[in-house]
Amino acid sequence: MRKILLKSIDSLFEKIAENETLYMPQDTKSGAKFEKWQMGAKLSDALNTVRSAKDFFFPQTENLMDFKVEGKNIEVIDTRSETEDFVVFGVRACDVKSFDILDRVFLSEPVDTYYKNRREHAVIMSVACTKPVETCFCQTFDIDAANPEGDIVCYKTDDMLYMDAKTEKGEKLLSTLNDITESADETAVNEQKKVIKERLSKLPLANLTADKFGSGKTSEFFDASEWGELSQVCLGCGTCTFVCPTCQCYDIKDFSTGHGVKRFRCWDSCMYSDFTKMSAGQPRLTQLERFRQRFMHKLVYYPTNNDGLFSCVGCGRCLSKCPIQMNIVKVMKKLGGKENA
Amino acid sequence: MLDTKEALIPVVGVVTDIRIDTPDVKTFRVVTKDGKKAFEHKPGQCAMLSIPGVGEAMFSITSSPTNTEFMEFSIKKCGCVTEWLHSMEVGQQITIRGPYGKPFPVDTEFVGHDMLFIAGGIGLAPLRSVINYCRHYRDRYGKIDIVYGSRSMQDLVDYKEIIDEWSKDSGVNVHLTIDREQPEWNGHVGFVPNYVKELGFSTDKTAILCGPPIMIKFTLAGLQELGFDKTQVYTTMELRMKCGIGKCGRCNIGSKYVCKDGPVFRCDEIDELPDEY
Repeated sequence: MRKILLKSIDSLFEKIAENETLYMPQDTKSGAKFEKWQMGAKLSDALNTVRSAKDFFFPQTENLMDFKVEGKNIEVIDTRSETEDFVVFGVRACDVKSFDILDRVFLSEPVDTYYKNRREHAVIMSVACTKPVETCFCQTFDIDAANPEGDIVCYKTDDMLYMDAKTEKGEKLLSTLNDITESADETAVNEQKKVIKERLSKLPLANLTADKFGSGKTSEFFDASEWGELSQVCLGCGTCTFVCPTCQCYDIKDFSTGHGVKRFRCWDSCMYSDFTKMSAGQPRLTQLERFRQRFMHKLVYYPTNNDGLFSCVGCGRCLSKCPIQMNIVKVMKKLGGKENA
Repeated sequence: MLDTKEALIPVVGVVTDIRIDTPDVKTFRVVTKDGKKAFEHKPGQCAMLSIPGVGEAMFSITSSPTNTEFMEFSIKKCGCVTEWLHSMEVGQQITIRGPYGKPFPVDTEFVGHDMLFIAGGIGLAPLRSVINYCRHYRDRYGKIDIVYGSRSMQDLVDYKEIIDEWSKDSGVNVHLTIDREQPEWNGHVGFVPNYVKELGFSTDKTAILCGPPIMIKFTLAGLQELGFDKTQVYTTMELRMKCGIGKCGRCNIGSKYVCKDGPVFRCDEIDELPDEY
């Protein structure tokens, strides 16, 4: 374990950025965002970024390949290239867990090489949540905000930043920072963990449970009458899916440049009516069906295929961003029986 | 290291033959630039075809895997990509990737069984691959019955192959029907589900159903009336797809992805899925 005075944290970033591209949460006009570090950049005080950290591995749009088209002839151009190593500082426990959830989709056979390439080149410096807020419910999914996963796990106390390397990648990076950091024992960090746990236990959603949901519960919830009332207010704007760290549905679209064709992958949303629309018909005609799909996938279908792991990390972004205040917590409370009421 | 193989990157295919089957169905023959089959497949599997700049869509591979020279796709004109495909001329290049999906269990469950194929309209496209596979390995299967219906005589896909080849095979019975009377038609007239009931097949057969959802629904009910169990009946499902490899989320139904867990399903497996197809 290493430590550095919080007031010297800029020198830590500077040191990392000497060798690697570094991203960290910074305050922008549109809220806290993971931005590339530049001299003078300040770490945001916000608990979490507006958009999740999934963007690093599964960006909102990306070029998959190009085509050269001449008359009847087509040439496929593989535009992929090896990503350079990069470091992301300030990822919260919920977002780190979302990488595991995304890995199970993108790294299962056949592997998505675009995603894998970025994943392999990233070093994640997570930060324990000193001050979780009322929209936080990572505990529901057994995520411990006091003990995040990551290559290097960091803890902030009043005046110090403690760093604990958990992987080979993390150790390698941390060892390059020895000149400006000091060796530390675990006393202060253990004390900090206790404080965080105490705060977590007092959160309004501390007792929310997902026990009712999970693997194989399709028939139990699919025809529930509550979907009507829950989905009635949904605008189908898709904001929840875009800010969600685990939503991974995508579209593939071509764009003619005039000289050729670029094929893109873009985020898509099961909340949109054309998501499933075919020339042969539309299996999900109403917003009720689309709304139900999103929550059934997170709470039942995904767990069925992934040893009971839920596809929600309780980051709370959908709670704060939905324009009509509908969210997964309301769904779980409505459908999850007495314990959640 | 960056992997060399990426599932989403297709290869180039050349259209070497275009057959006009019906007023809205054409069959396209596709090989790679060096004149070979793009990849091997099993009956029932699909491929992603695309025209860069227009779009990519999933189609069942109509030709049998026993065809070693080329692949065929029977495609109905009904949307943006298919409209473009229908406007193509021989020599046009397209892109192709696959094979995708779970095939019919032709080398396991089907072996030794009498086969009953039931198709409606363009629903014959995925079945042609299985039918020709069973005809190729004739001694592995029992009797073969094929019930096929369309709106009119002109809408019967592969009519020439059915008359010139299938109906001349020993142990293969072809039963054709069209929805409405036509002066030049001497065969059966009526909808497929009713015709299946009229023909009254013995219940020791394995049935494979493919066609519009409404036809599948009524034919399955008819087969059950005849005494068939859902575990003896197979069908294929169709949902919108983009990736073909179970990641883009579009064809997700319940815990299944039609692109990789389907498109072939046994009818009792479909019962376990939520009712939204």
